[in-house]
Amino acid sequence: MKRFALAGNPNCGKTTLFNSLTGSTAHVGNWPGVTVDKRDGVYKKCPEPVAIIDLPGIYSLSPYTPEEVIARNYILDEKPDCVINIVDATNLERNLYLTTQVLEMDVPIVIALNMMDAVERQGDKIDAKELERRLGVPVVKISALKEQGLRELMDKAYNESQKERHGITVLEDTALAHLIGDVKIALAGQNVGNPLFHAIKLVEGDEIEVEMHKDTLPMVEEFKATFNDDVFGTDFEALVADGRYKYISKRFAPVLTRKNKEKFATTRSDRADRVLTNRWAGIPIFLVILFLIFHLTFSENFLFISTFAEWAGKPLPTLEELGLDVENYGVRWLATIYDGTIFSPGVIINNIWNDMMVGELFGWIQGLVEGSGMAAWAVGLINNGIIEGLGAVLSFLPPILTLFLFFSILEDSGYMARIAFILDRMFRRFGLSGRSFLPMIMGFGCSVPAMINTRTLADEKERTATVRVIPFFSCGAKLPILTAVAGAIILRFAGGNGSADLITYSMYILGIVVAIVSVLLMRSTTLKGETPPFIMELPAYHAPQFKNLMAHLWDKTKHFVKKAFTIILASTIVIWVLTHFAFDWTFLQDEAINESILAGLCKLLQPLFTPLGFGSQLGAYGWVFVLAAVAGLIAKENVIATFATLGACLMAVLKVGDLGGVTADAIAADDTGVSAVVAMIAATGVTVPGLISFIAFNMTTIPCFAAVGTAKSELGNKKRFRWTLVFWLAASYIVGAMVYTIGSWWWTLFIWLAVAAAVVTVIVFYNKGKIKFKRNKKVV
Amino acid sequence: MQKTLDKFAIGEQGVVCRVAGEGKIKRRLFDMGITPGAEVLLRKRAPLGDPLEITVRSYELSLRITEAQCVVLNVADETTAGEAAK
Repeated sequence: MKRFALAGNPNCGKTTLFNSLTGSTAHVGNWPGVTVDKRDGVYKKCPEPVAIIDLPGIYSLSPYTPEEVIARNYILDEKPDCVINIVDATNLERNLYLTTQVLEMDVPIVIALNMMDAVERQGDKIDAKELERRLGVPVVKISALKEQGLRELMDKAYNESQKERHGITVLEDTALAHLIGDVKIALAGQNVGNPLFHAIKLVEGDEIEVEMHKDTLPMVEEFKATFNDDVFGTDFEALVADGRYKYISKRFAPVLTRKNKEKFATTRSDRADRVLTNRWAGIPIFLVILFLIFHLTFSENFLFISTFAEWAGKPLPTLEELGLDVENYGVRWLATIYDGTIFSPGVIINNIWNDMMVGELFGWIQGLVEGSGMAAWAVGLINNGIIEGLGAVLSFLPPILTLFLFFSILEDSGYMARIAFILDRMFRRFGLSGRSFLPMIMGFGCSVPAMINTRTLADEKERTATVRVIPFFSCGAKLPILTAVAGAIILRFAGGNGSADLITYSMYILGIVVAIVSVLLMRSTTLKGETPPFIMELPAYHAPQFKNLMAHLWDKTKHFVKKAFTIILASTIVIWVLTHFAFDWTFLQDEAINESILAGLCKLLQPLFTPLGFGSQLGAYGWVFVLAAVAGLIAKENVIATFATLGACLMAVLKVGDLGGVTADAIAADDTGVSAVVAMIAATGVTVPGLISFIAFNMTTIPCFAAVGTAKSELGNKKRFRWTLVFWLAASYIVGAMVYTIGSWWWTLFIWLAVAAAVVTVIVFYNKGKIKFKRNKKVV
Repeated sequence: MQKTLDKFAIGEQGVVCRVAGEGKIKRRLFDMGITPGAEVLLRKRAPLGDPLEITVRSYELSLRITEAQCVVLNVADETTAGEAAK
């Protein structure tokens, strides 16, 4: 099958063209070794089917970013049959800069002049025929968005792919022409493919080329030594770049006739930017947009309508108050939208998915399995292990997709780049760029889309650091742990007087502080590196494309569902088996969880948690906290669910009717989890600092399986992933220990401060080169 | 008169005469079209004062002050620059 590669600048409409050409055949993966999107698909309307490969969006073929290296290696090594170079006609000069580099390769090329409709709307004109003549390769006017000119483009490309083409350069008129010519002849003599491209890169002193052609280098250096330019001296990289742009301005730019002769005309996009990145309004507008996104995704009180109704003295009635039968099928549909308050769109989708679709389906399967007469353990494994485990993971899908939709809209419309622009200053202090803000804030919703979103970060180290701290931004599933434990603390230790919310908020802030400290630590030790540069295009605003958005969402869904049915499913089964079998492999009912293998293991682990306040000091039943934390590794919802199961079970074991005034029935009836935690407190005698340390530990430790799986695929590198797990464990252990010891004995604060000061001193001196460790630690 | 980009007032224009700095950052500036002869207009500063937004080769580019310090431009004398700012 012939292969055509799509190359072009970011924001040139490459993705839209790709989607239009390949339709449903598109496949998304990662380029080998790096987490840069690799898309391919099939175009069927040529005389034979053609594979379309979407190369990453790039501005140049420099050796400095992974995207550029991928694109150039693909064209040089994989030798596609044709390169379709998409050129944004509204931004001709900068787009043609890449074209001048691709032209140097020995590969058939067709130029797709995209966004011609936008150019014509401005009243401007481009003489495509003249451009074709000057470039020496076919130029086709297209509109990827309106799917105009695609047929002609592909026919031309197919035609070109039958021919052979030799590279040409625009540097012929410059002082470098001789030098390039000599190096090219030398390389061609060695039978090097693409001699012109390699010759120019060698002259530039390109890192990759210098490494590749070590033998030819002395010769190039000899030639270079005799050369000196009046303006640039011997800065060959500058000479080449300048030569390209000079040629573009002189030869290619004139094909464009502008209606508006003004040099810096104000466009509609500029007017929008005057407000959106305004000195005073920019940040408030951004905060409002952010709030709206979260509100529309997670709020059960849409636009605060029910709150306003309450203020007006006419509170909205619940479905029960309306006299409706909540078990009735139709009413259950109504309940996905309204129940005393109007839900936000995100919550409605979530309710429909979980209550009416996945819930119904799984309930039906569970019913079938129960009635099938299988052994009790098999029923338990399928119903409680596999089905519930899958359910727990799939239930994340709606909020993930909703959040993703909103953030895709921000990205596609061009606003995302402005957010980075507004916030860059703040984030630079921590060695990050403005771009890392979004993934972090998304973490408050769910870590999974947040980690996927780190793909917008160009710098690998910045990306790793961001992925690692995302779980510290406490996600939606961790909130019930916070509220249940905080509620129980107020109820049990403050007699119900006090604000549980205050504890919850402080824990959120603790998470943010831990994230900041971790980033600073990593950026000055294992992930050292310069703050990545911030030379970034601010693309013109445009309305997001529905088709692109849907393609985006579909990719994410496929990715996530695949993971849910593989690694996550396997892990769920293992945990279920360990909690439902005793050491002699007899099957245990839920109530006997304390005799299970996992409970046994947790009893062994219990002493480890003594410094955190929920270890050996809690006596015989202290392992319940360990078990809850371990269960939280599947999904954080499990932490409180485990307490509820264990509460009933502990009452049976202790032969008491209630624990701390809470009966088994009360636990079952209470879906906030507060009663279950109260029972645990009564059974174990855990202290307040111990409880707070428990929440802090759960918040900062290894996240749920879904997030761990995402981190694994996003980090790309196995070693980096393993260190990330170690980092999460270490961070949560230290934070938990700190909270517990300082909470119990205030003076230990000084010990922690002294340790912290010592660590900082060591790092500072180490970085200044005053202390040296023998083993040279590799960067992870 | 010569001036680095970070010293520009909002609305001020100039023509790039050279780009200082090293390796990666300089190459990136070149690749984005900041080469000698390119006309540059400083559009605005971010709400927190940094980075800057410029128009070059008829598109918008953002760069930090530290990066803007590498770009040396020729500007018309003070009076015309002042008018441009208006």
